[in-house]
Amino acid sequence: MVKHIIPNSLKEALDYMDGHYTTIVAGGTDLMVQRRNWAELPPTFTSDPVYVFHLSELNYVNEDDKNVYIGAVTPMSVLLDHPATPQLLKDAIAIIAAPGLRNMATIAGNIGNASPAGDSLPILYALDALVRIQSKSQNSLLPIAQVIQGPRKTILDNNELITEIVIPKDPFTFQMFRKVGGRKADAISKVSFTGSVRIEGKHVTDLRIAFGAVAPTVVRVRDIEMEYEGKTVKQLQQQVKSLQEAYATYIRPIDDQRSNKEYRMNVAMNLLEQFISSLKEE
Amino acid sequence: MNDITFELNHEQVTITADPSLRLLDVLRDRLHLTGAKEGCGEGECGACSVLINDQLANSCLVPLANVHKQRVTTIEGIATTKEGKLLQQAYSKEGAVQCGICTPGMMMASYALLKKHPHPTREQIQIGLSGNLCRCTGYNMIFRAIERAAKEGEGTW
Repeated sequence: MVKHIIPNSLKEALDYMDGHYTTIVAGGTDLMVQRRNWAELPPTFTSDPVYVFHLSELNYVNEDDKNVYIGAVTPMSVLLDHPATPQLLKDAIAIIAAPGLRNMATIAGNIGNASPAGDSLPILYALDALVRIQSKSQNSLLPIAQVIQGPRKTILDNNELITEIVIPKDPFTFQMFRKVGGRKADAISKVSFTGSVRIEGKHVTDLRIAFGAVAPTVVRVRDIEMEYEGKTVKQLQQQVKSLQEAYATYIRPIDDQRSNKEYRMNVAMNLLEQFISSLKEE
Repeated sequence: MNDITFELNHEQVTITADPSLRLLDVLRDRLHLTGAKEGCGEGECGACSVLINDQLANSCLVPLANVHKQRVTTIEGIATTKEGKLLQQAYSKEGAVQCGICTPGMMMASYALLKKHPHPTREQIQIGLSGNLCRCTGYNMIFRAIERAAKEGEGTW
């Protein structure tokens, strides 16, 4: 029998997590489906559930000159309406699920679940988001790409909780997010594309590209980006074929009930081309 | 087993239960409020929609623990209110109810939408109902019902 913990504070949650096997439950939108049983039966938990969604100290959006700070249990609907939320993240949230679900879903949940199809993840990768991880005695801030290790696998130890997401305010001049799914609402991505650039004059000075749902984790390759940074918009557009070839080795989609390898690869490449051809000199 | 206390349709209730139980099951089986329906059980159809602290929520995804000390409103709670009656009349006049399975969830989504946008555009209505499936009406009658409820309920929302 598991013990159910409804803590009164973050401290209480971390204290209990220190020395017990636990499962963190935030909004429940993914977990309650994963652990689902027949109607009327409780879901299956093999370690003690710790319910954190009601903790108001983890529900906030703050900003300063450098960063936006998002508390771990801030619902996506709050982020969608908040002026400090980066536009790219709003674009992704606007087509995640539907209003009722967005009132419960959190981006910390997206990170904790580490689903290859989590729609906020490519945005967090592209924006160099940092994840604050706390335990009773530790507090660390790690890049998102280090936190997520594989499908449904994170670096988090059993006593650790995601408490905050920090998104740097970098100056971009053009951004694009596209999600391809079976329908407009409530769809799980077949493939998604995130592009974000800073163009100064004729030159691309900052290039960020991330693909979702086409590999075990989000595909963002800093080496490729660096190779093309510093080029002019025109050069980049002339070299789009070699850019596509560079990414093709990192994109390893699977066949599943939602889509297949070939479709995912083709769409990912087309979205990349669309993004590059949309770039304009400032 | 834990004691979970919450406000349900303006009354305090305390349930002794497994806190991971779905709110939907507790509402239907323990509290005998059968307005919320189970359609898909995974947050894609909206038939189980309720309000938690006035926000639309899929009760099939909510562990009971998450409503501890919170405020829950179901279709039974809004049925007798002025807004609830407006919605019922508007749905009826526009023929927005056919088999009826989606209707309680649709009305909860309509209610949440009109509280947020008292004069919704067609696009806001479509987004507001995007988490609710109906296999009978083709949605147009439901969209018109919401437009009617907004117009006839001017000043109420």
